[in-house]
Amino acid sequence: MDEIVNLFHGFATVLQPFNILVMVVGIVLGIVIGVLPGLGGANGVAILLPLTFSMSPTSAIIMLSCIYWGALFGGAITSILFNIPGEPWAVATTFDGHPMSQQGKAGEALTAAFTSSFVGALFAVIMITLVAPLVARFALQFGPAEKFAVYFLAFCSFVGLSKEPPFKTIVSMMIGFALASVGLDAVTGQLRLTFGFTHLLTGFDFLIAVIGLFGIGEILLTMEEGLSFRGKSAKINLRVVLQTWKELPKYWMTSLRSCVIGCWMGVTPAGATPASFMSYGIAKRMSKRGKNFGHGEIEGVVAPETAAHAAGTAALLPMLSLGVPGSPTAAVLLGGLLIWGLQPGPMLFVEQKEFVWGLIASMYLGNFVGLLIVLTCVPMLAAILRIPFSIIAPIILVLCAIGAYTVNNSTFDVVMMLVFGVLGYILKKTNYPLAPLVLAIVLGKMAEESFRQALLGSQGGLGVFFSNGLVGSIMALGLIALFWTVIQNVLTRLMAMMAKPA
Amino acid sequence: MAKAKGDIGGPAHDAVEIGVAIAMVVFGLIVIIGSVQVGIGWGSDGPRAGFLPFYMGLFIVGSSLVNLWNAFREADYKTPFAEWGQLYQVLMVVVPTAIYVAIIPYTGIYLASIVLIAVFMRWIGGYGWKMVAALSVSVPLVCFVVFERWFLVPLPKGPIEEWLGF
Amino acid sequence: MKRSFLKFGFGAATLMGAACVFAPVAAQAAWEPTRPVEFIIPAGTGGGADQMARAIQGIVTKHNLMKQPMVVINKAGGAGGEGFLDVKASRGNPHKIIITLSNLFTTPLATGIPFSWKDLTPVAMLALDEFVLWVNAEKPYKTVKEYVDAVKKAPPGSMKMGGTGSKQEDQIITVALEKATGTKFTYIPYRGGGEVAVQLVGGHVDSTVNNPIEAVAQWRGGKVRPLCVFDGKQLEYKDVVADGKTWADIPTCKSQGVDMEYLMLRGIFTVPGATKDQVQYYVDLLQKVRETPEWKDLMKNGAFNTTFMTGDQYAKWVATEEARHQTLMKEAGFLAGQ
Repeated sequence: MDEIVNLFHGFATVLQPFNILVMVVGIVLGIVIGVLPGLGGANGVAILLPLTFSMSPTSAIIMLSCIYWGALFGGAITSILFNIPGEPWAVATTFDGHPMSQQGKAGEALTAAFTSSFVGALFAVIMITLVAPLVARFALQFGPAEKFAVYFLAFCSFVGLSKEPPFKTIVSMMIGFALASVGLDAVTGQLRLTFGFTHLLTGFDFLIAVIGLFGIGEILLTMEEGLSFRGKSAKINLRVVLQTWKELPKYWMTSLRSCVIGCWMGVTPAGATPASFMSYGIAKRMSKRGKNFGHGEIEGVVAPETAAHAAGTAALLPMLSLGVPGSPTAAVLLGGLLIWGLQPGPMLFVEQKEFVWGLIASMYLGNFVGLLIVLTCVPMLAAILRIPFSIIAPIILVLCAIGAYTVNNSTFDVVMMLVFGVLGYILKKTNYPLAPLVLAIVLGKMAEESFRQALLGSQGGLGVFFSNGLVGSIMALGLIALFWTVIQNVLTRLMAMMAKPA
Repeated sequence: MAKAKGDIGGPAHDAVEIGVAIAMVVFGLIVIIGSVQVGIGWGSDGPRAGFLPFYMGLFIVGSSLVNLWNAFREADYKTPFAEWGQLYQVLMVVVPTAIYVAIIPYTGIYLASIVLIAVFMRWIGGYGWKMVAALSVSVPLVCFVVFERWFLVPLPKGPIEEWLGF
Repeated sequence: MKRSFLKFGFGAATLMGAACVFAPVAAQAAWEPTRPVEFIIPAGTGGGADQMARAIQGIVTKHNLMKQPMVVINKAGGAGGEGFLDVKASRGNPHKIIITLSNLFTTPLATGIPFSWKDLTPVAMLALDEFVLWVNAEKPYKTVKEYVDAVKKAPPGSMKMGGTGSKQEDQIITVALEKATGTKFTYIPYRGGGEVAVQLVGGHVDSTVNNPIEAVAQWRGGKVRPLCVFDGKQLEYKDVVADGKTWADIPTCKSQGVDMEYLMLRGIFTVPGATKDQVQYYVDLLQKVRETPEWKDLMKNGAFNTTFMTGDQYAKWVATEEARHQTLMKEAGFLAGQ
């Protein structure tokens, strides 16, 4: 009950006019940041951090966390419209979101994405409100072995989904892993696969690969097919929102599942990106219309967006209660807290009640305000697709180049972006799936790190991955997910063989 | 990468397929070589730096050989990868972008972007000069304000920006 | 030795302050940035160096200490090698400074990335970061001796030490600790200090050598316990942190029979070939930063050693430190190609 009273105090704080103003400014900036590839939430928060020193800590954190919500909302926009994920967690949204916009359903896709984001965030905030201490303790259970198990599960629930030839899927995924391992090996501190090129020190950032493979690749495919984004007929009125809303409750199960996955991933802290992939993979497997995933299924937008936003929100919990940031953005927020003299950690909830509950209240309101803002923008965003290709394409190219450059402030990365773009075009034409490659680049490094950290701890014994109930059951889940696919494949192939002779 | 075969209007799909598979094998071999350089063994405390990449390299080479064999076996060289006209369209984007990417380190991103947008709109879109000039200058200008001024993200700059004092 | 440096530092700073006041008179000589200054962090977001750099950026902005904006950029690739190489390659562009941690020495030694601190121009030492030996508060060890005995009793390598990065400061301390006590740990590298502290709280490692700022929250929450500090003297901060204890109450490791010291540089460098005026500008700027209450709070929060050095003293200190790291890493077998 105490929590509820505190929360209402929090609402009272947040509803001061100045704080509401701050909130709207934060959300709008966040959306801009989310839309532009190359500006991440971390950028926005870091850059505005100094500006907030003159405010009270509560107003400041409201502004900064609202930038974060805005960026989460904004990441979906370019994914859906141009196949370019503005943020890592929006990659999975491109799989169905972009086909939808090609079919002239950009408005629906955007509405679904924004609404599910809101639902995911709301679920996570309610969880934080009610069970924060419990969840914090759960997060402490996660050592290297448990973390590896989570990555393993994320992989297993995603791979094997593609209809492409299995050996091409393997090649694609392994290339992703190999690219992810370029640079400094975090466990031995050795450089590997750099062949003495200092440009390769940083390895291949997944954002560059994604901008190239998806964004540039898409432009090349469009050029080949004759110069136009096919989404010209997109409807541009607000009725789209209401129509889509009517349809969304059908997917409550997908939504709920994605919320749970998102919260779990956010807390552990694996982050929003694996959450979105995992949620998409599981939704595809569970859905009756799973076969249509990848061709513009609205459920394929709902699942990753819900999970990503739930994870993004839940990631703030370990930051506040343990002092461990769940994402780069959270890391910068953490730095901000320290500068204001607030010490994240177990004592924050006890010593800084007003601040913590003000923040939690701002999560409720911030997401609500954010939803309102982005939904009113839907027609405007959908209208972007009406801009002729020969104008929008070079602008996209310029923005992609800026995005690739800002990852490491390196012009070499811009070159790599184009290489990935051409590669994406050729691979797509020759039937190599791109999603496993991207997933491997995203998760490869982290998965390898936890794997080897766990082995260091067990002095080389693989038994560590089944050494307790938690890690054992996650690994078992992963194995089930993995072999489920194999069994399904075998079954479908058997069916096909039976059908052919007849 | 691929040569035209027979009477179809473009490179054969299977020829490209074979080319890609060979490129993958080469990539896999590079990964293997790099891994061997840093050690692929299993030390007393778990795998060494090259352990996992080494097996990934093996997987790439192995699977690509299967793909290569499949491609050879099924090759009919009849289905085109894309028509020459289509490829020409694609190159119309790739070539200017390649030049764009190559000159960024020297001219900075702003000047290069102005040129890229102008060339694109004029050459592919066929817009009038006024429209071309307006958009090609305003987009990089907006980028400059948003990135450098608001978000303080420095982008590559060249001699002109230097001369203007940025 | 250190004390005298300190005094000299302040003396010099006063002079510089005076110089600054009279700057308009000598306007021709003084240099000022004409473009935004890039502040490079050779580490990822959220780490100790990152926090300090962002705090400096915040202070500079809030107190209007610079006419041009300060832009913070993380270049963490290759254990920070990316950031150092970038500054090394920016000869003649004085609008660039870099904050360093021990990877200034460890990265070139461990990876063979071609740079050394001599490729940069030293500006000033901002502070030294302390290291503390931490154990989980639920474990029975109350002193270093009890813990060392327990490690000796356990089978060699079964006790786990968590730390940030591989072949960097945390692992160097671990190896030195093993040597000083005749024990054997299994060192597990993690990404960042905060993560290491949480792994200790969760019982996934047995001890850590976290910096104070990385573990203080967990200490206040009663989750971890400090055993000793790897400094020659006890810390100076006498505010109660947890259980009625202060930073000053933590004994030095030396007094507990573990004969070793390690402090980490938090210093600023700029591009090679920077002129005296340019360096002086940054020294003055940092001096002003150090005067602000926000900086003092940060120092107190993280129990930093606030030694400040500039000029030759600083360069000399860095040279000594480099030699020491060379020896430490050679003994530990961490040198590239070793």
